[in-house]
Amino acid sequence: MSSLTDPPVAVSAGPWARAWRRFKRNRLGYWSLWLFGLLVVLSLVAELISNDRPLLLRYQGELYVPLLHDYPEKTFGGDFDTATDYLDPFIRQRLNSDGNWAVYALNPYGPKTLNYFAKAPNPSGPTADNWLGTDDRGRDLLAQLIYGFRVSVLFALALTLVGTLLGIVTGAIQGFFGGKTDLAFQRFIEIWGSMPELYLLIIFSAIFAPSLALLLVLLSLFGWMGLSDYVRAEFLRNRQLDYVRAARSLGVSNWHIITRHLLPNSLTPVVTFLPFRMSGAILALTSLDFLGLGVPPGTPSLGELLAQGKNSIDAWWISVFTFAVLVLTLLLLTFMGDALRDALDPRKADQ
Amino acid sequence: MMKIAPTLTSSAAALLEVRDLSVGFAGQEVVHGISFSIAAGEKVALVGESGSGKSVSALSLLRLVPDARIGGQALFEGQDLLSLPERQLRAMRGQDIAMIFQEPMTALNPLMSVGEQIAEVITLKQGLAQTLSAQAAIALLAETGIDEPARRYHAFPHQLSGGQRQRAMIAMALACQPKLLLADEPTTALDVSLRLQILDLLQRLQQQRGMAVLLITHDLNLVRRFADRVIVMERGRIVEQGATTDLFAHPQHPYTQRLLASKPERDVLVTNKPPPQPSPSGGGGKTECTVSGSSGLGDGTAVSAVSAPPVLSARGLRVTYATPLPGWRGWFRRGEFVAVQGVDFSLPAGRTLGVIGESGSGKSTLALAALGLLPCQGDLTVVGQRWGNHRASNLALRRQIQVVFQDPFSSLSPRMTVEEIVGEGLTVHQPSLSTQERRAQVTQALQEVGLGQDDAADDAVASVQSLLGRYPHEFSGGQRQRLAIARALIVAPTLLVLDEPTSALDVTVQKQVLALLQRLQRERGLSYLLITHDVDVISAMAHEVIVMKSGQVVEAGGVDQVLTRPTHPYTRTLVEAAT
Repeated sequence: MSSLTDPPVAVSAGPWARAWRRFKRNRLGYWSLWLFGLLVVLSLVAELISNDRPLLLRYQGELYVPLLHDYPEKTFGGDFDTATDYLDPFIRQRLNSDGNWAVYALNPYGPKTLNYFAKAPNPSGPTADNWLGTDDRGRDLLAQLIYGFRVSVLFALALTLVGTLLGIVTGAIQGFFGGKTDLAFQRFIEIWGSMPELYLLIIFSAIFAPSLALLLVLLSLFGWMGLSDYVRAEFLRNRQLDYVRAARSLGVSNWHIITRHLLPNSLTPVVTFLPFRMSGAILALTSLDFLGLGVPPGTPSLGELLAQGKNSIDAWWISVFTFAVLVLTLLLLTFMGDALRDALDPRKADQ
Repeated sequence: MMKIAPTLTSSAAALLEVRDLSVGFAGQEVVHGISFSIAAGEKVALVGESGSGKSVSALSLLRLVPDARIGGQALFEGQDLLSLPERQLRAMRGQDIAMIFQEPMTALNPLMSVGEQIAEVITLKQGLAQTLSAQAAIALLAETGIDEPARRYHAFPHQLSGGQRQRAMIAMALACQPKLLLADEPTTALDVSLRLQILDLLQRLQQQRGMAVLLITHDLNLVRRFADRVIVMERGRIVEQGATTDLFAHPQHPYTQRLLASKPERDVLVTNKPPPQPSPSGGGGKTECTVSGSSGLGDGTAVSAVSAPPVLSARGLRVTYATPLPGWRGWFRRGEFVAVQGVDFSLPAGRTLGVIGESGSGKSTLALAALGLLPCQGDLTVVGQRWGNHRASNLALRRQIQVVFQDPFSSLSPRMTVEEIVGEGLTVHQPSLSTQERRAQVTQALQEVGLGQDDAADDAVASVQSLLGRYPHEFSGGQRQRLAIARALIVAPTLLVLDEPTSALDVTVQKQVLALLQRLQRERGLSYLLITHDVDVISAMAHEVIVMKSGQVVEAGGVDQVLTRPTHPYTRTLVEAAT
């Protein structure tokens, strides 16, 4: 190898850096990552993009921040002590008259906002007011989709994180210690894996109040086994390689052998599967919502929108737009996954 | 088929004429326009180190290299193999030109019996009926020297031994009476004693059938015995070719000269008294001395003068593996496979004990037991101490005995930098060192194993330090093996276990690494437990030798005695195969 005659460099590209270089070479996956990242960041600041309250307003010489605080309607010349409905034409007119101004979000509806002043009956198709139409309760579809995407992605991230951690830990324990530990754990996984997951979910959602946290726990309980098998296999393979033997004969402790030698060399399947696990998690949440077993009522959710689309088949915009968001999300994740798989394939050259 | 090259009068005698063959992958050319020819019935050897392009050149003749850009011409009986339509070429593969590969285990289909695989070729190429081709296959198996061929016909590849598998491969290649046989390292994966047999078989079949053979190998012993003509390749170019006797007698090109001179040289201390040696710390009162008169040691090279306790000694060493028992009994009990049985030896300070044997003889198991990585029965002491059951109690002992493994690619973690790999021993045994101190020691160890000395003009220390942040994949096999040695040396052990330290390396690199090990032994008074299958390595390095077969020591003694006057028949085959 000619590397020794090259000019000296401080630190050369490590395996992960080279993998990143290979990842970048897959243009589709690379741009998918950017687009997906952008969408996630935008959805994280969804309150600035789609909100029924003005971000900032000036009323009779004073500045108000409705984004952060609730103001009673009386503040703006209304009749009641209740929180202001900024979509009320009367309030709007007050806010726009004599020197007052208000900065509205790009899409002036929140996820739960009912448009009482819609011109067409609910669900209404795309209009200048509701760009993607409204759902059967008169809520803005665009707002629903933005917030639903956020919930889906955050939930999927959490589920993937928990499932991956559980999978790594259990796989590492089985693979590293092998023998009886492995045997016992494998049998446990077989029993655990043959439990009827869906029915348990239905039963539990009947017993407990539905919530995202409960879903996360339940799905995590059954989501770690596939990954655990991969990590276990990698550990079993790597632990009998010579570099681990060399570390043992140096007297390196088990903990350091696992963390410094085995884990970094066993993460390839984990990283490869991350995007696919994400898309799997999004699909799982969507399916459960579609069945009505998912998020509590009122939470913006792609699955719940799909169910609405099914129930009112004439309101094509509900199904079409929800479907489009779902397909785009899953497609981006799959492209990223493909690129990752290329990146982590050691047989690919890294120029 | 009609000959279509009347213009080639000069090569009328040549069966295969390769002109300006070039092979490239992904825009990078690895074979740069080589030309050679093979006459009918000629035995030609294509010699070179790994990466010289010899295998790729041979494979590309049959266009068997996927994704390669192949240029030039390869005229076989006047037809250009490289421009023939795929259909015609496929008809020629196996029929006119056959191939045998290095690793018969992967070259044979594991789900078909070897007989069926051979019969398939015959049915396919000669259109014989099933029963006839089965008979022909049995005849071929018999011809290649497989006993009970009718029974072996039904054997699956995994049921045959390595030698038998290679014989079956040869039978398959010869099924259609090819005119040219491409043999890609046919003996490399086999044990030493089998190599000669396979080579003799090839020789016999070649004579009987008058076919031409292109033998691709890096083993010069085989070339000298087998080939009429030698072609030497280096980095995708032919540097020299000529008749075998001429070339071996008068190599012209410096690379050929280097290759021929690559037999490792003996350069070890032969004094009777051990070199100055820091006494092993904390003998624990156990100074059981198993030196003089021990049956496991030869008296030829005089160990009797050694008074210090041996660095490593074993008495009645027995190592077993648990194996599953068949049936329900396997649920409750485990079977026992005895890998090492009743081995005695003793290794004095500053010396090398060679352990030689074939794969499966238990020699690597012996190494793992000596390292305390496998539980063993019997008496095994390292610098006078036994391995304990707990990591903490073994920690001091681990510092005394270190290891260098065979495969330089699996012995270094691919996700750690050189500094982390080499410095790891210090983090365990001298955790109080600061990062700077550790880095200084790593740098020193790298210098000591001869790394980073390529550009002598630069500052030596700076050039070594530029290596610290690199990853193993950036180093060649020889450099990686040096890294493995540096990792072992950094904790200043008294004993190194060398488990086939050079058998994965090219011969010229092997010579350099062995020279390094010899220098380290002279300078540091290290003791080596050297495990190898290579008689040349043993004769260059060892003071005493034990020969292992099926887990037992069949012969032991001083290196001169064992290698020049072997008493056990097995040792004799080993020694004979090496010359």
